Amino acid sequence: MKVLVPVKRVIDYNVKVRVKADGSGVDLANVKMSMNPFDEISVEQAIRLKEAGQADEVVVVSIGVKQSQETLRTALAMGADRAILVVATDDVHNDIEPLTVAKILKGIVDEEQPGLVLCGKQAIDNDMNATGQMLAALMGWSQATFASEVAIEGDKAKVTREVDGGLQTIEVTMPTVVTVDLRLNEPRYASLPNIMKAKKKPLDEKTPGDYGVEVANRLEILKTEEPAERAAGIKVGSVDELVEKLKEAGAV
Amino acid sequence: MAVLLIAEITDGELAMDATAKAVTAAKQLGDVTVLAAGATAAAAGEAASKIDGVSKVLVAEDVTLGHRLAEPTAALIVSLAGDYEHIVAPATTDAKNVLPRVAALLDVMVISDASGVVDGNTFERPIYAGNAVQTVKSTDAKKVVTFRTSTFDTAGEGGSAPVESISAADNPGLSEWVEDKVAESDRPELTSAGVVVSGGRGVGSEDDFRLIEKLADKLGAAVGASRAAVDSGYAPNDWQIGQTGKVVAPDLYIAVGISGAIQHLAGMKDSKIIVAINKDEEAPIFQVADFGLVADLFDAVPELVEKIG
Repeated sequence: MKVLVPVKRVIDYNVKVRVKADGSGVDLANVKMSMNPFDEISVEQAIRLKEAGQADEVVVVSIGVKQSQETLRTALAMGADRAILVVATDDVHNDIEPLTVAKILKGIVDEEQPGLVLCGKQAIDNDMNATGQMLAALMGWSQATFASEVAIEGDKAKVTREVDGGLQTIEVTMPTVVTVDLRLNEPRYASLPNIMKAKKKPLDEKTPGDYGVEVANRLEILKTEEPAERAAGIKVGSVDELVEKLKEAGAV
Repeated sequence: MAVLLIAEITDGELAMDATAKAVTAAKQLGDVTVLAAGATAAAAGEAASKIDGVSKVLVAEDVTLGHRLAEPTAALIVSLAGDYEHIVAPATTDAKNVLPRVAALLDVMVISDASGVVDGNTFERPIYAGNAVQTVKSTDAKKVVTFRTSTFDTAGEGGSAPVESISAADNPGLSEWVEDKVAESDRPELTSAGVVVSGGRGVGSEDDFRLIEKLADKLGAAVGASRAAVDSGYAPNDWQIGQTGKVVAPDLYIAVGISGAIQHLAGMKDSKIIVAINKDEEAPIFQVADFGLVADLFDAVPELVEKIG
């Protein structure tokens, strides 16, 4: 079985974002970018499936600016076999919407015929949490979202999902789209020799047109603002003072 | 201009708080029809009909809709979509699972976690872990939206909307429910609690987390946790507050032994009053706290338990 893993290049999760003063968006010029943390988890899971003999090839794909090939090289260094880069924009500030991404991914899935697509549950930039579900819908496949455990048994996958009240286990028919949650695994670091080897692994460059998809946003971004600032707080010197302040504020 | 609102239902019971908050958001868009879908949903539909602002309730009871698996639930919603301009739900894990699937089947985008309604096409939503707020205008004919419930008030009760039974759509038969592992809790539900007490890595162990629970019980509060506390096994994952866990906005949020990483703040910084107890005076949590106490939590929390109330 082939496993397809979509990965996204996003602002590094430790960076405090800066909203541009003119309200046009978040400033991404000269900001550290990395692989979306959830996608590291899906790459790790795909490699583990290969190591367990359940997958024979791991293909990673990224859609966005040309620099996303760095993200793909990272995935190749972790252990993916080959990569597909779909260059869909030349401006890092143009975030391709999940619906468009899902349509391009559908084109790739039709071509590659993977038995499993492993996505991150959400990208930490747009916080949409939608691409995996949308791809499953477009393919007419089953979906297993927010996975914290994945066991493939023949043509079914048993997936434990992180839901509001606890955990839910479902069984889905393969092929399927699984979106991974934080607790699925601990992603490995790429070693230096593997980073070197990754430079020689195949990376195909494509365009959305190759899959018959036009990149057009359905949501027009009118403005991007800083969230409301909180009024400065105070430090109290003792528990007594804290209790007193809370009583004054009517909080206890 | 009609709105179809997917009610949040667990084991046949309506999650009143989440559903009623979504109604507040939805009634700004038009006439609200609530869909109560589940293996048993009649009682939930009955409860939803009493929410102020609901004009009609559709009850779809079918064994295939049990546990609201994404495939049959999305098929049901799509079969009804023709009559509605907006399809909305509270942004729970159930809705986040189903609504993007619905949107793609209708060939429209989804607007996730909307925190504000500007008009029928225009919504506000937080991005980058809540560090920016984006206003987006949909050019789609149908708008599929999940609402961040912590930013909307609960709609009152007193309505009496008519309830109508409908049948489920064909089940694509792609998935089956196996089991639930529900975390037992007598405490208030985290996302609707008025007071939340949260513990982080600083608490140090599962045993010491009882200290957090003790303070919570004294305040009638729900218990939350940071990712570090969950990953270390001090607390179950469904207590996690943050970008990837639950988003809360209680009247009072007490963060104990939590440094205040960007991802944690994403889930609680809209709380009315934030209290931080941390022995590191440089911890970022103090930048958002209304009242900060630099102290060892093992001294401060027991003293607080004793002196409150």
